[in-house]
Amino acid sequence: MAAWRLRTKIFFPQLCRAFAGRRCQLAAERRDAAPGPVSRFCPPKTSCHDWIGPPDKYSNLRPVQFHIPEDESPLEQKLRELRQETQEWNQQFWANQNLTFSKEKEEFIHSRLKAKGLGLRTESGQKATLNAEEMADFYKGFLSKNFQKHMYYNRYILMHMCW
Amino acid sequence: MATSSHTLSSRLLTGWVGGCVWYLERRAGQESPQKFMRLFRTVNKQWITFQHFNFLKRMYVTQLHRSLSQQVKPKPEPTASSVLEKTSSGQAKAEIYEMRSLSPPSLSSSRKPNEKELIELDSASIIEGSVEVGKETQDEKQWKEMKLHLDDLPGILARLSKIKLTALVVSTTSAGFALAPGPFDLPCFLLTLVGTGLASCAANSINQFFEVPFDSNMNRTKNRPLVRGQISPLFAVSFATCCAVPGVAVLAWGVNPLTGALGAFNIFLYTCCYTPLKRISIANTWVGAVVGAIPPMMGWTAATGSLNAGAFLLGGILYSWQFPHFNALSWGLREDYARGGYCMMSVTHPALCRRVALRHCLALVGLSTAAPLLDVTTWTFPVISLPINLYISYLGFRFYTQADRKSSRRLFFCSLWHLPLLLLLMLTCKRPQGGKGDQGEPRQ
Repeated sequence: MAAWRLRTKIFFPQLCRAFAGRRCQLAAERRDAAPGPVSRFCPPKTSCHDWIGPPDKYSNLRPVQFHIPEDESPLEQKLRELRQETQEWNQQFWANQNLTFSKEKEEFIHSRLKAKGLGLRTESGQKATLNAEEMADFYKGFLSKNFQKHMYYNRYILMHMCW
Repeated sequence: MATSSHTLSSRLLTGWVGGCVWYLERRAGQESPQKFMRLFRTVNKQWITFQHFNFLKRMYVTQLHRSLSQQVKPKPEPTASSVLEKTSSGQAKAEIYEMRSLSPPSLSSSRKPNEKELIELDSASIIEGSVEVGKETQDEKQWKEMKLHLDDLPGILARLSKIKLTALVVSTTSAGFALAPGPFDLPCFLLTLVGTGLASCAANSINQFFEVPFDSNMNRTKNRPLVRGQISPLFAVSFATCCAVPGVAVLAWGVNPLTGALGAFNIFLYTCCYTPLKRISIANTWVGAVVGAIPPMMGWTAATGSLNAGAFLLGGILYSWQFPHFNALSWGLREDYARGGYCMMSVTHPALCRRVALRHCLALVGLSTAAPLLDVTTWTFPVISLPINLYISYLGFRFYTQADRKSSRRLFFCSLWHLPLLLLLMLTCKRPQGGKGDQGEPRQ
């Protein structure tokens, strides 16, 4: 909710800036001071837009480098930091989600193969897999186990829709 | 009627074009390594200038990087139908990138000890070293400025509004309008289509706005405009508002208030009920089926001004159709749904998923029989629609018993041609208007 209030307060100046396309100088010191995500990417100094990167290896979300205008007001700075924080939280959640999913899927496959008396590799040396119907048990279990976590995530993301 | 046959032919054309494009892409992918080798040999016959070498290095590094990188850079979307996009794009893209990979050992594997061979080995080793550095700069090159490019805008907006799905929705609305009794009013018909189309665009845009992190994690949806950052969320919401307001206004004032209310209600149902429910409960499928059923009812109310039995019958047919269509589609997406936290019957209640699909295939037979009883069509309709209804029920039964990917895909693809054909048959068997008294009556 805080994000929404901040968003509406600076909506119109940002809207004008976005549509006018006014060129502006980057404050290099403030840009360097801003807590960046994992990427080492630095947008060119002449740019006055946000930059979006390739999908993250673990979370599949694309990181955004937020542009810091020269004349950023305290309110705008607060919003930008809130957006940065939400983005990092989001990245962490999905990275964790995907890694957990992969790990549990591997464990499930190993345990099922073991129960069937099969090895982890087929005769041709390739990794043994289960068919879709056998995997369905895992998908169902994963979804029900993580239901509360997903509910919490949905509530959080709804309240912080400040992309 | 012309509209439905046009829909069928346009869908067939889109599917055919999509199939051709996919085939051409595969062929291009297969041919490029051979073309590259031919080019390399031709160039080596002459004196290799610095410019030639740089060009080759760039081409080679690009091709190598494609095979090395974990996350593939999204390609510009092929002009395939929504069906092909949904089901085969992931597999097609994987195949294309496999075809294009080129490894250094293959270049130096020839045994001819001559100048050509030495030049090839030298350039390969130099290129290998530059690949590592190239990888990092390639990663930086994948960062894009979040600036709106006006020439990309039509394509972006088409994807944001799910234009193909919107076209399908509009075609079901037009079928509802055409099936309704009363004289055909062209201006009203056009206003209905425009209003429904705008409302659908708005609903789809808001849906994409809410689902960015989920769409990023599913193969089917990871190339959507908001996921790729081609437009800002603010822009998407503004676009949705600019579609919703005129859309509902056109329906409410240009057609009639009832149609406007149905349009507004459908937008609300899709964005505020269906979208959040997808992650809470399997009931989302039933809500989604209602969302799909409302457009033909809107077409009916636009033509007649009231919701009577015929409107509910048409709505019922679309409602029942959604289940074999969606349940079969979702059967192949279980992994993505589970990982993304979506509550779908195919994941949590697989037996129910198949049972419901079969149940509603059989319901279509019943609803088709009810059509002449409600004076929507003549008795010819249940007779001529029986073969296709029985066929989809047969596939539904196969899906129920076999419960595998093959049967789900067959049912899904059948549903794609079953609906337009059913609506077309309904139109051809429409109950003819009785008496001259009907002709001069004003529409409400």
